[in-house]
Amino acid sequence: MQRPRARIRSPVGVPVTQAVPGSRASGAPILAVTDIVKRFGDGAEALLAVDGVSFDVGEGEFVSIIGPSGCGKSTLFNIIGGLVADYDGRIEVDGESVSGTHAAFGMVFQDESAFPWRSVIDNVAFPLELAGVGKRERHERARRFVSMVGLDGFERRYPAELSGGMRQRVAIARTLASQPRILLMDEPFAALDEQTRLLLGDKVLQIHQHLRQTTLLITHNITEAVQLSDRVIVMTYRPGRLKRTFDIDLPRPRTSEVVGSDAFGHYVAQIWNDLREEASRGMGDDESRQLGNERRR
Amino acid sequence: MATATATRAHRYAPLAAPALGFATLVGAFALVEVLIRVGAINRFVVPLPSQVLAAIPRIIVEEGILHRFWQTTQEALWASVLLVFAGIGLGMLMFRFRLLRSACETWVAAFASAPVVLMYPLFLVIFGRSATTIVMIGFVAGLPPVILKTIEGLAGTRTVLLDVGRSFRLDDWQLFRKILLPAAMPSIFVGLRVGLIFALINIVGVEFLINFGGLGQLINELAERYDLPGTYGAIGFVILVSVLFFVVCERVERWLLPG
Repeated sequence: MQRPRARIRSPVGVPVTQAVPGSRASGAPILAVTDIVKRFGDGAEALLAVDGVSFDVGEGEFVSIIGPSGCGKSTLFNIIGGLVADYDGRIEVDGESVSGTHAAFGMVFQDESAFPWRSVIDNVAFPLELAGVGKRERHERARRFVSMVGLDGFERRYPAELSGGMRQRVAIARTLASQPRILLMDEPFAALDEQTRLLLGDKVLQIHQHLRQTTLLITHNITEAVQLSDRVIVMTYRPGRLKRTFDIDLPRPRTSEVVGSDAFGHYVAQIWNDLREEASRGMGDDESRQLGNERRR
Repeated sequence: MATATATRAHRYAPLAAPALGFATLVGAFALVEVLIRVGAINRFVVPLPSQVLAAIPRIIVEEGILHRFWQTTQEALWASVLLVFAGIGLGMLMFRFRLLRSACETWVAAFASAPVVLMYPLFLVIFGRSATTIVMIGFVAGLPPVILKTIEGLAGTRTVLLDVGRSFRLDDWQLFRKILLPAAMPSIFVGLRVGLIFALINIVGVEFLINFGGLGQLINELAERYDLPGTYGAIGFVILVSVLFFVVCERVERWLLPG
């Protein structure tokens, strides 16, 4: 089921793909998300969080979904990862419909999720332990992922002894150790400062380059989305629908230096144009809700 | 970028803290000694700390306090074992079954403030005048904090940690063993420490009341003989039992939760 796509060109010659209403990968998709609808509650109180979202992600592709707060990005992340049930639509991996959690997905969460009672190496080896791999072998294998996220020398440390950025890298390494076909990340750097975020972006780019890891990133940070992605999908404010898809035609391998380029700036500006409208709607909603609450009081 | 946020605490010599603690204790005893000697504290109510210190060899030799110390420690140990298994087990059950928790949690909380030691006649009827009565009273008295803190720890597990478990497709038992239980451990240990204190207070109290074995009975006997230095010396041994359990508890916690 190929969706119609209108390829448009921005004034600076940056290609922009406007997908209506879905966004499809150029190659064979590994992940296909079709007509996802999610409501919370029933009757008049029901909240339509996600409405008819369709897109797919090709093998080795890095796709970001960006949208204002409250647009249903995290709900979508949880639906794809199998943590939320009771939705309409279809999730397919390699053409096979999946429901619930699936071995193909590895999830990295917004909140710090490194287990505080396990050392870095034991955190990263956790999925291998579940798979029944012996201690020596799982530690050897985990070391590779620890090294990949740049935490060599910290294997025996505990999360409480690490910075927020390092803890998030532990979570990424742990997910990578499960060797997922698709890496799902929900605003993994949201709690970090801008410099750390950019540098961790570099780390994620290196990993993506090294493993050709298919990745779906949920974010509200435009810079992060453009820096990392092959495609950026913009979502509307509530209910969450796909608004537009941007093909990010920046050369790879990339580093955070790309942030200073003209093309990068133009992508950011274009995405912000779309996002601003949605974010304003969100802000308006919040303000009217606040006023309503105050009047009721 | 890869710099650990090292704890910025000042580094002291390893023995500085114990030395300061010991010095504080000695200072407090010296102050009491002075206050008694100048007459600010009645020496017929509180003996001189130097007299208490001098009485310790005597109560070791003449009163067999080491044997009684071991007896009370054993009773406290059995109560602890029961607290660990029954207290944590009941806490888990109440966490798992919402109805059970809704039905019982308030009662358990209310029971925490009940003077269990005064229920000793009931226990005497059930278990007879034996060490079992003492252990059971200690156990029952220490139960509420262990149950409540176990529930609190399990219920307070961060959702994201459970989501990680689910994303790795853990079954319910794995989720409990690998995530819920270790996440709840700090809270469970708080409950165990408080529970052990409650248990020990009640164990010594019942030994005192029913005049059966252990340090409580000795304190009773010494007090009746108006041997104040000996009484306070024996109370010191009760504190020693408490310190012993606290240290063991802390070591076990560090071993189980090295982070």
